Amino acid sequence: MEWLETWGLTATVFLPVVGALILGFINRDNENALKWTALAATLLAFLASVAVVVAFDFGGTPYNTYQFEVNETWIGAINANYHVGVDGISLPLLVLSTFVMVLAVIYSWNHWEEPKNPKAFLILMMILATGMNGTFVALDLVLFFIFFEIVLLPMYFMIGIWGDKTPRKIPGFSKPFETRLYAAIKFFLFTLFGSAFMLLGFLALYFESADSQFGNTFDITQLTQLGSEGFFTNPTFAFLVFGAMFLGFAVKVPMWPLHTWLPDAHTAAPTVGSVLLAAILLKLGSYGFIRISLPILPEEAVTWAPFIAILAVIGIIYGSLACLAQTDMKRLIAFSSVGHMGFVMLGIATMTDIGINASIIGMVAHGLITGLLFFLAGSMSHRYHTREMARLGGNIKLMPVMGGILAFTAMASLGLPGLAGFWGEFMSLVAAYNPLDGLSLGVFRTGMVLGAVGTVLTAGYMLWMLQRVNLGDPSAEWDDHEFHDVDRFELTAWVPLIVLIVVIGFYPKVIFDTTTDAVTSLVELAFGTETTASVGTLVKGG
Amino acid sequence: MTNLLILAAEEGEHVVQAGDGGWWADTAGIMLVLPFVAFGLILAVGKRLKYQGGEIAVAALAINLVWATVLFVANITGGVLDQTTFEIARIGSGLVFELGWVLDGLSIMMYFLVNFVGLLVFIYALGYMKGDVRVPWFFAAFSLFAGAMLILVGAPNLVQMIIGWEGVGLASYFLIGFYWDDLENVRAGNKAFMTNKVADIGLILGAVIIGVTLGTFDFAALDLAAIEHNEALAGIALVGGFLLFFGAMGKSAQFPFHIWLPDAMAGPTPVSSLMHAATMVTAGIYLMARTFPLFENLAQEARGWMVAIGAITLFAIGLLALVANDIKKVLAYSTVSQLGYMMAAVAAGGYTAGLFHLFTHAFFKGLLFLGAGSVIHAVHSNNMTEMGGLRKYMPTTYWTFVVGSLALAGIFPLAGFWSKDEILATLQFEGYVAFMWIAVAGAFVTAFYMTRAVALTFFGEYKGHGEPHESPRIMTVPLVGLAIPSILFGLLNIPGVSWPGIGNFTEWLGVRMVAMGDHHAEAIDFALAGIGLGAVLLGIAFGWMIWGKDRVTQQARDRFEVPVLYPLLRHKYYMDDAALGLVWATSNPLAKFVDWTNTYIIDGIVNAVGGATKVLGGLVYNGLDQIGVDGVFNGLSAAADSAGSALRKIQTGRVQEYAAGFVAGALILVVLFVFVI
Repeated sequence: MEWLETWGLTATVFLPVVGALILGFINRDNENALKWTALAATLLAFLASVAVVVAFDFGGTPYNTYQFEVNETWIGAINANYHVGVDGISLPLLVLSTFVMVLAVIYSWNHWEEPKNPKAFLILMMILATGMNGTFVALDLVLFFIFFEIVLLPMYFMIGIWGDKTPRKIPGFSKPFETRLYAAIKFFLFTLFGSAFMLLGFLALYFESADSQFGNTFDITQLTQLGSEGFFTNPTFAFLVFGAMFLGFAVKVPMWPLHTWLPDAHTAAPTVGSVLLAAILLKLGSYGFIRISLPILPEEAVTWAPFIAILAVIGIIYGSLACLAQTDMKRLIAFSSVGHMGFVMLGIATMTDIGINASIIGMVAHGLITGLLFFLAGSMSHRYHTREMARLGGNIKLMPVMGGILAFTAMASLGLPGLAGFWGEFMSLVAAYNPLDGLSLGVFRTGMVLGAVGTVLTAGYMLWMLQRVNLGDPSAEWDDHEFHDVDRFELTAWVPLIVLIVVIGFYPKVIFDTTTDAVTSLVELAFGTETTASVGTLVKGG
Repeated sequence: MTNLLILAAEEGEHVVQAGDGGWWADTAGIMLVLPFVAFGLILAVGKRLKYQGGEIAVAALAINLVWATVLFVANITGGVLDQTTFEIARIGSGLVFELGWVLDGLSIMMYFLVNFVGLLVFIYALGYMKGDVRVPWFFAAFSLFAGAMLILVGAPNLVQMIIGWEGVGLASYFLIGFYWDDLENVRAGNKAFMTNKVADIGLILGAVIIGVTLGTFDFAALDLAAIEHNEALAGIALVGGFLLFFGAMGKSAQFPFHIWLPDAMAGPTPVSSLMHAATMVTAGIYLMARTFPLFENLAQEARGWMVAIGAITLFAIGLLALVANDIKKVLAYSTVSQLGYMMAAVAAGGYTAGLFHLFTHAFFKGLLFLGAGSVIHAVHSNNMTEMGGLRKYMPTTYWTFVVGSLALAGIFPLAGFWSKDEILATLQFEGYVAFMWIAVAGAFVTAFYMTRAVALTFFGEYKGHGEPHESPRIMTVPLVGLAIPSILFGLLNIPGVSWPGIGNFTEWLGVRMVAMGDHHAEAIDFALAGIGLGAVLLGIAFGWMIWGKDRVTQQARDRFEVPVLYPLLRHKYYMDDAALGLVWATSNPLAKFVDWTNTYIIDGIVNAVGGATKVLGGLVYNGLDQIGVDGVFNGLSAAADSAGSALRKIQTGRVQEYAAGFVAGALILVVLFVFVI
């Protein structure tokens, strides 16, 4: 157990990169060895995270205390430390990350996109895994930044090398680009643009904390403490720093209008890339808001809250409407993320325990559901060699199991109650009805109504997609084609997702019991509200 | 939670005596689970069984019916009041989500109804669906519906209600679009789902507002707070009440949300019978009944509007049944109209009146649909102009259909007479006299169109193809099984009559709600009953005059054609066209516009910034180079260069140029920022 205490998180984070090193020594033609190694590395990382869950103390410690904490000097000169730890907020996301990664490797088993090169692809995946896992456990801003940025490179190469090669006309450019090149560059630069500002914000915090009891510090726990003590209250400073970090996180989420990298990147990326982007990468941004922006600059966060809520709601409506205009199935799914992440951000913007809980379960649900949707889109375009919905149709007749899973996932995605997606949306609306004291009720309640309208639009485009892809008679074009329904690798990768979507749908306690104490104490620490001020106290349930 | 229930029941002058149902109540949750088990089993092994999974579906409901019947009997003999819940989520210390099941007069009535009618319809479907496509999927989705419906009626709180509510909507979508090879049916399913989804905004927001205000979603707490005139609740009661009503309007097909229900007839007929007539569409009425004290005690201003909606629905949509030639559409419009009666009654304050009509209607309308299915099965057409004279070929179908029609029209002493009479009495007693007369007119219309349907289908000469024959026993037995309650069950609630040992329907439901201001007539109002019955007889007489004697259908209909009115009715008041037109006229251009802004405005800016930064970067590069700070910069651009080199192998392009340009641009921003700060 002691070993787990000190090494549990480190193992979770770095096992994949160890795997990557080993992969480096394996001959690139020995595909089996490569795959088993990758599987072993991700599986071990997953098991390590599960061990952390098992040993995790769910007893409800106050906010800003972490478990499995390791704090070692790293770059002494700037007081940057290797400081990692988990609490109830990061734990579900960490497990989501390690879990989806295993499924991604399993799915890759027989789904290689051109130019094949499994070795390079798997190495990139392993690096990606380390970056993502690391971001969720980092408690030092420099460490956080590095993990946050590490993610960029593998994804950039995944999209750029294995991505969609069809040429695409970009408005304003005379020559058509290959979709993957445009998408990869856009993804990279967009995110880099955001994180440049984020880094500035981190540096500013570092310098500003010089006069504190900690001296110059990058440590998130120390900065959180300073934040709750009202240390960073200089209005201009707080505004600029929050704004800088906002840019970094908002691009990643992505929030409207900084979202346009997403449809391109998701559509162009190879299947596994899209899955990981949707399932985990997007959560790095919203997680950053909860872990860094809110607790360190609580007052400023409250100032920004209506603005964030407005952007979130625009995202919900805008993303859903954009979906209705898509002809490419994968691009439709990509745009749906804009809407779903809008609900996540609306929850955060309420600055209440209910809202933040909603955002976390929303992140987990979106990771599972949209991840699965991208798997499906990938497998279907693998078979049809097209993603144009006009050419599809009657899929459920050609491939009943695939079509059935697609119908299920579409229903989950439209927030069907009883499936995982419902709770995040519903509780975001609950939170928006009663946001933190002092926030404009007009803005948030309008947001609530528009968010509810957004759920209708979501249902609209999902049913429309099902109609065009799944139902009706298959077009004559496919008459002579043999279609293989889902294979065992696909099933192995998807069934766990389906099961989780149902389990969380009917028993969201599995997530909330982890998050609620951490979130409640976060809200208390940051905004000083008594617990659960966000619901009436007339009749307590239970 | 039980305390709250009892407390809610004991409020007022009635002292409630009820048992807790014992073992059967503690295990009643099995009813909510079994259909889902059946769903999974049918999908897994249905294909290999004789009835392709139908037997599993039937077995599940048969077991369910045991529980439902035991609880029903326990309730009518002594009263049952119990609630079992378990927590599925807890946020902080205040917000709790629970699942479970309520046992009180209201829910027990519904458990019985769903399982009883459900079982008969499932058995009927064994015969009806034989040889059809995708039979296992049919029974799986049908079981899914049963499970979701039981979750809905068993809901102890608004959130579980929403789960069941959307669940039945999903099953409805699946089954309306059951023949999805034809996209027309898919569109009908989409229309149903989307219309309901719009209305669901009301249910969800209503739940949010009420739940947040009370700190709980529990119905018992809501009812109690309403009875106690809780101030916080009173503040939002009108908004919350209207929102819930908005949701109820969708599911219960109230004007103008009724447009989905006639289209829903695209599904197989057993589906129309159980879901789109007997049970699912009553969910809205059920919601109003569950939250009755909210409207009775707090949101009274809303009631007039709600009665008006019910009255419009019952009359205006009932008229549409007069011009439909599809026998199922006639019944669909009729269902909408009857739901209008129920809504008007519950809204006016007639808790038992509305629910009693819900109860009786489930039997005779379920029966009528099954009868229609039997006819369709025989003549292979929905169109009444291709029927006629079937009473000779299909005797059982004929007499059960007539029983159902008479019960629906409200002929003494069949079930519909009593329940409709009670609605009229309620409207009169509560002072909605104008609406009462509309309801009387509605009774006339009902009798009118049912006479037409019976005449066109069963009388005159057969105009279809082939030789029709009576349906197999597996289909006719359920017809009889529903005909008997259609005849007798009206007697369960004769005003002023309490049957020895069991009392009456009002008392069964009253275990919880009677304390809350429900009006129930103590004696028959013979004048009113006479007026109602007179309207019905008049309707039958007129109907028979037009359609009964003259067997040439086309000519008969021509005689009925009224200028203006007839085209208006034929086009369903142009409401479907208007609604669909509006949706297409707005959503499509809007979506296109949003996509356009995405490509040309937002991305235009992004691309322009990219291009401009590149140009700027080039300039600065030269500048910096000459000043001599190029060490740093070369390092950076080399990094970008090597990052791009992997891509260069595949595609020589401007990747690295672009990247380098951007890095330079970012650098400028950094410098600017540092200096500005």
